[in-house]
Amino acid sequence: MEHSPVPRHLRYNDRMKSITVDRVMADQRAAAFTKRSIKTSAKESGLRLALSMVDLTTLEGKDSPEKVRSLCRKAILPDANDPTLPHVAAVCVYPELVPTAFEVLEGSGVRIASVATGFPSGQYPLDIRLSDVRNAVESGADEIDMVISRGSFLAGDRGKVFDEIASIKDACGEAHLKVILETGELETYDLVREASDLAIAAGADFIKTSTGKIAPAATMGVTLVMLEAVRDHFIKTGKHIGVKPAGGIKTSKQALHYLVMVKETVGDDWLTPDLFRFGASSLTNDILMQLARRRTGRYMAGHDFSEA
Amino acid sequence: MTDPTDQSTSKSTSADPVANGQSTPRRPKSKGRKGSHAGELNFGDAWDYAPAPESVKVEIAPSYGHFINGKFTKPGKTFATINPATEETLSMVSEGSARDVNKAVAAAREALPKWAKLKPTERAKYLFRIARRIQERAREIAILETKDGGKPIKESRDVDIPLVAHHFFYNAGWADKLEYAFPNRDPRPVGVCAQIIPWNFPLLMAAWKIAPALACGNTVVLKPAETTPLTALRLAEIFEEIDLPPGVVNIVTGAGDTGKALAEHKDIDKIAFTGSTGVGKMLAKTASKRGIKMTLELGGKSPNIIFEDASIDQAVEGIIQGIYFNQGHVCCAGSRLYVQESVVDEVIEKLTIRLKTLRLGDPMDKNTDIGAINSKEQLKTINQYLKIGDDEGASRITPSDKPLPKKGFWCNPCFFTGVQQSHTIAREEIFGPVLAVQTFRTPDEALTRANNTPYGLAAGIWTDKGSKIFNTAAKLQCGIVWCNTYNKFDPASPFGGFKESGFGREGGLQGLRPYVKL
Repeated sequence: MEHSPVPRHLRYNDRMKSITVDRVMADQRAAAFTKRSIKTSAKESGLRLALSMVDLTTLEGKDSPEKVRSLCRKAILPDANDPTLPHVAAVCVYPELVPTAFEVLEGSGVRIASVATGFPSGQYPLDIRLSDVRNAVESGADEIDMVISRGSFLAGDRGKVFDEIASIKDACGEAHLKVILETGELETYDLVREASDLAIAAGADFIKTSTGKIAPAATMGVTLVMLEAVRDHFIKTGKHIGVKPAGGIKTSKQALHYLVMVKETVGDDWLTPDLFRFGASSLTNDILMQLARRRTGRYMAGHDFSEA
Repeated sequence: MTDPTDQSTSKSTSADPVANGQSTPRRPKSKGRKGSHAGELNFGDAWDYAPAPESVKVEIAPSYGHFINGKFTKPGKTFATINPATEETLSMVSEGSARDVNKAVAAAREALPKWAKLKPTERAKYLFRIARRIQERAREIAILETKDGGKPIKESRDVDIPLVAHHFFYNAGWADKLEYAFPNRDPRPVGVCAQIIPWNFPLLMAAWKIAPALACGNTVVLKPAETTPLTALRLAEIFEEIDLPPGVVNIVTGAGDTGKALAEHKDIDKIAFTGSTGVGKMLAKTASKRGIKMTLELGGKSPNIIFEDASIDQAVEGIIQGIYFNQGHVCCAGSRLYVQESVVDEVIEKLTIRLKTLRLGDPMDKNTDIGAINSKEQLKTINQYLKIGDDEGASRITPSDKPLPKKGFWCNPCFFTGVQQSHTIAREEIFGPVLAVQTFRTPDEALTRANNTPYGLAAGIWTDKGSKIFNTAAKLQCGIVWCNTYNKFDPASPFGGFKESGFGREGGLQGLRPYVKL
């Protein structure tokens, strides 16, 4: 980046000491959260909280306006049989479908998130990625889920990645920026931690694990490393950064494990959709099924709920 | 991560490392990093976990006799074994007299020839049966262990009992392969083994001792600790169930006098003891008079060393595992923490945060991390040490401000900073959730101070650098060194101490050695 729009004092310092993460112990810690036993009232309130944190997502080439409208209705009223349930946090779609989502969601409290910046690979020139962002924001997106250039990052050009994030943040204007690290391509926890610190320093409002297009997507271990980065930043600066695991979280039980991890790593402040999200699609119906069981005493079938 | 205002590290590395040894006066760590606490994490009760008690009821007889010659005796003179979390009496247990001990040793002596001559594959079968039965009854045994000893059900369920079964499985595998364990040496059983075990891992310690003894063809008289005899007695039920020949394992309950009668008995061939260094020394005197074999696994004051290049969050996790696991009732607990000075503020800050998330309370609740202190006496000991620590000038930090339960014996996990190497809390084993934190500047200084102890059981090393791990580990005078982890146990891995932490190894191939004559 020859002409970085980022002021020099904000630029990424390559000599920043990166923090190492020991994978064995980090995984062990992450696994410990799954041993918590969440029952009765805690289960119910946890599931309601998890539902309110869902970014209901559809990111397929064949997505139609009809599907997005249906998704938006689901987002506003997840289960018609239980109007006491909260709406989900956001609907997440490709930029092309943001106007469709906007028609349904305007004024509902459900936010519109859009993947942009050449999702999912990020392998596009910066000007195209920036215009992708501006276009999504102009169409009504409240939140932008960007992908970092893993190529540049892995090649060691951290400064370039930093500058890109900063310029995209700038292009977001009022919209919140979620930075997708695509941890499945970074592989090591050391790099996940470094990418987290970098994204936070460059202005991310949220850091997000994955696009959902690469396996492995979100794991407990990776999310723990990101939560630790967010926690350390908070201790240093007092600023809250959000975390969004995405991809692979399909069951209520998994969602509760993640909430336990949030509660015991960064504390109560983060138990809100403002600071923690699940990027998921099938999770919603599993939560609804569990909540319906608690309400009615009976297990529901999958077809009792509308598809998301 | 390095505090830019702290120039001390770079200065000290150029200084003579020897001069930097244990006598270096510690700079008071008063000045915190200014402005570094911009955000205060909030571990309150938003979305609190509902109680999740283990609800299975376990039968406990109103009183128990000893298990001698394959049968339970009628309860004689009894004493109460209580639940340290509630102070309720669980059962009345017999106090083993010299006569009881006599009978048990005689039964073991009588059973010895046949058991020793049994085809090794047959001995293995018994051990496999014991292991399987323990797995089948794991839930029941875990509950019993937690009720009798106060440890969290999470630990007895996930650590203690699975390891118990694993030890029997592992040693069953050796029973018919002893000649390969000791090639060209003709391994033969030692004879009647007197085994005295502690209360911190009641059934696990029984397994560590019984399994290799039986695999090698010995017979056993075991005395469990007086505060935690119930699971050993349940193990005796399993021996009955699987038709272990009478007299091969005998269990006599009781306190110190019973143990003394057993250790001084003329017809035993070996003493294996796990417990305090004080008792261990007494037993060593007894054994030395008669030239019998002996293994001792005694106390410890194990150093946990964190270098500045360690992964700090994981190292903090290791501190937690090292000293707060099982309420610190662990002989190899990492009770002395040595942190490189450049990262001490961060380590202490993160340790404090982490301690706030530990859940202390009902050991039967599946979400409990810190259970009850094993006995009133032990709590008294711990409290005495806390007072000594305060009086000697160290600063005690107890991050949790939640009230302790009214009934039962409890101690909030805490740590001391400003600790000197000469402080009592840095030298003596406390056996509770109490950590002494000290700093060091150079690797040499860390090593000198880590080894500056009468004990030598375990140590932990935390660094991202492989060469540092090997350099440090090779120079630590102790039986076990954990690198970037702590308190990891495996039946295949030998365990035991240097210096006043005892001698002899338990577990692994080396763990068979004390139970064979060559």
